Amino acid sequence: MKSEYRIIADIIQKNTRVLDVGCDEGILMEFLKENKSVDIRGIEISKKKVQICIAKGLTVIEGNAEVDLKQFPNKSFDYVVLGQTLQAFVNPEKVIKELLRVGKKAIVTIPNFGHWKVRLNLLIKGTMPITKSLPNDWYNTPNIHMCTIKDFVKFSKVIDFKIFKSLALIDNKVSNINKTNLFYKNLFGELGIFLIEM
Amino acid sequence: MYKNIALIYLNCERFKKTAKKVFFLSIQLSAIIMNNRENIKTLLIEKPLKLDCGKTINNYPIAYETYGKLNSNKDNAILIFHALTGDQFVTGINPITKKDGWWSYAVGPNKAIDTNKYFIICANVLGGCMGSFGPSHQNPETKKMFGTDFPVITINDMVNAQVNLLELFEIKKLFSVVGGSMGGMQVLQFVSNFPDKTKTAIPIACTSSHSAQNIAFNELGRQAIAADHNWVNGKYMSNNTVPDKGLAVARMAAHITYLSKKGLQEKFGRKLQERDDLKFGFDADFQIESYLRYQGSIFVDRFDANSYLYITRAMDYFDLVKQFNGNLSKAFINTKAKFFIISFTSDWLYPTQENKDIVIALNAIGANVGFVEIESDKGHDSFLLDVPDFLKALKSFLDKSYSEKNL
Repeated sequence: MKSEYRIIADIIQKNTRVLDVGCDEGILMEFLKENKSVDIRGIEISKKKVQICIAKGLTVIEGNAEVDLKQFPNKSFDYVVLGQTLQAFVNPEKVIKELLRVGKKAIVTIPNFGHWKVRLNLLIKGTMPITKSLPNDWYNTPNIHMCTIKDFVKFSKVIDFKIFKSLALIDNKVSNINKTNLFYKNLFGELGIFLIEM
Repeated sequence: MYKNIALIYLNCERFKKTAKKVFFLSIQLSAIIMNNRENIKTLLIEKPLKLDCGKTINNYPIAYETYGKLNSNKDNAILIFHALTGDQFVTGINPITKKDGWWSYAVGPNKAIDTNKYFIICANVLGGCMGSFGPSHQNPETKKMFGTDFPVITINDMVNAQVNLLELFEIKKLFSVVGGSMGGMQVLQFVSNFPDKTKTAIPIACTSSHSAQNIAFNELGRQAIAADHNWVNGKYMSNNTVPDKGLAVARMAAHITYLSKKGLQEKFGRKLQERDDLKFGFDADFQIESYLRYQGSIFVDRFDANSYLYITRAMDYFDLVKQFNGNLSKAFINTKAKFFIISFTSDWLYPTQENKDIVIALNAIGANVGFVEIESDKGHDSFLLDVPDFLKALKSFLDKSYSEKNL
C-alpha cells in the first residue's frame, strides 16, 4: 500500500464514518474497512474503477465530486478523504467547501508543485515540469489547478478553514510541517497531507 | 441473440402467408395454452389483500417458479421481480412459450445470479396472464371473465401479494430482491413495505416515479388496444375474439422505446427486407419494419391484451415519491438493506438521472448504496441482454455480499 494511504489511515480513528472521494480502485477503503472497522463509502468517476470496487464488496457510487457531493447531508461523515485530486477540479474552492460541509473533518492530499525538481525543471528547461507524480504533458494533464504546500496553507486563510495537521511526505518518510520549516518542506515535500476542518 | 432474432424474423417473413392462414387457429391455441395450468405452480392466497383502489381480494392465485435449492439456513433466497411483459419463467425453457426464459443471460448455473448457489423465486405479477390472478380469470360473481371489471392494481399491490411466497418457503429474510424496469419499481416498493425482509436490493434501469414520457408511451399502447374493435371494452374473451392487431401495435411502439437510436441504426440502418429496391407501397420495405411487425406478431401469442392495460396502468400509478409526501428518502428510512443501483448509458426510457435520484435519496439518509452506470448502446433492453459489464457487476455484487456473513 502507498505510504500516503498508510498516513491517512493513521489519522482516521476507529469505528468512524468515512467518505473516500475519488476512491480509485478502493485500496484505502479496503484497508480502512478491515483494519479500522470504518463504515466507508466511496465516490469515483471512472466506471471501470467503480466496478473493481463493487467486486471487492465496497459501497461505491459512480459520480463526479464537483456535482455529486451535494447529495450527502451536512456533517454526515466523520472524515472525507480527497487523495491527490483537488488539482483536477474546475473549482477546487467549491470542492473544499463541499468536503467540509459533508464531513466533520477532511483529509486532503496534494502533489506538491513547489518540489525542487518541479522548480528546476521549469527554471532550467523552461518547459512545463514532468515528474514521477506529474507524468503528463501540459496539453493532456487532468491537473488544471496545481498548487504548492505553501499555496494550500495560504488557501486555508482565504476560505477560512482550520488546518489541524499538516504533513509532508519525503522519500516515503512523513514529517510535520510548521511555520518555521514551511520553506524546506515546500521545497522537498513530494506530497502534502492535511487534516482540515471548517 | 440479435442474430437469432434476425434469423427468426427472416424465416417468419418467408412464412408470413402461411402464418396468416393459421392465425385464427393460433389464437384459439394461445387461449387454450393460457388456461393450461399443468406447468404452472400456483399459491392460492386465502388471506384478504386490500388493494390501493379500495377493493379487497382473497382466495386469489399467485403463479410462481423457483430455481436452485433453498439451503438449510434459508439465507440464500433471491426474489426476482419481472418487468411489464415478463413472467415467472426467468430462465431455462419457458414451458408455456417453449422459448428461453426472459432473463436467461443473467440467471442460471454459474451465471450472474447463480442457481448453483442461490434459491431463486419469481412470481407472475398480480394482473398478469401467466397464472396469477388477472383480468383473464373468471369473476366468481358473474361466472364470466373479469376483463375490465378486474380491479385496478398497483405496484404496491403486486409486492403485497408476492410477499406471501416468503411464508410458503418459511423464509424470514431474503438474501436479495432484484428486478429491472417495472421489476426495479417492485424492488423499491418491496424494500419500502418490508424493510427488514431482505439483506440486499438491486433495482436496475428503473425509476421511483413514472415520468410523463413513460405514461405517454403506455397510454399510446392502451389506446392502440382500445382502438381494435375486437377489444369490445375488454370483453373479447366471451366473444371469442382477440384484439391482436391493437396489442401488436402497442408492442411495436413499446419495443422502440426499449432500444436506442444508435443500436437501431447499427442493426438495421436503411436495409431493405428481402428486396433490392423500394416497392412504392406500404408493405414492409425496410428490415426495421419487418422486425417490429414480427415483434408485434409473436407478442400477441403469449400476452393478454387486458393484462397489458392493467400492468401498464400499475406502472403509471407508481410514484413512491408521492407516497412519501415528496420525500423519497422516507421510503427507505427503516431499512438496513444494502442497495446496488444500475443504469445504462443509452436507456432513454428510464435514464440514468432517474436512477440516480434513488441513489441521492438513499445517500441523504446515510443508507448503504452503490451505483454504476453501464456503458451500452442496447437501450433500456440492456438489462435483458448479453452486456458483459452489467452481468459482471451484478455477479460480483451478489457473490461478494453473500460471502460477507455479517451483512
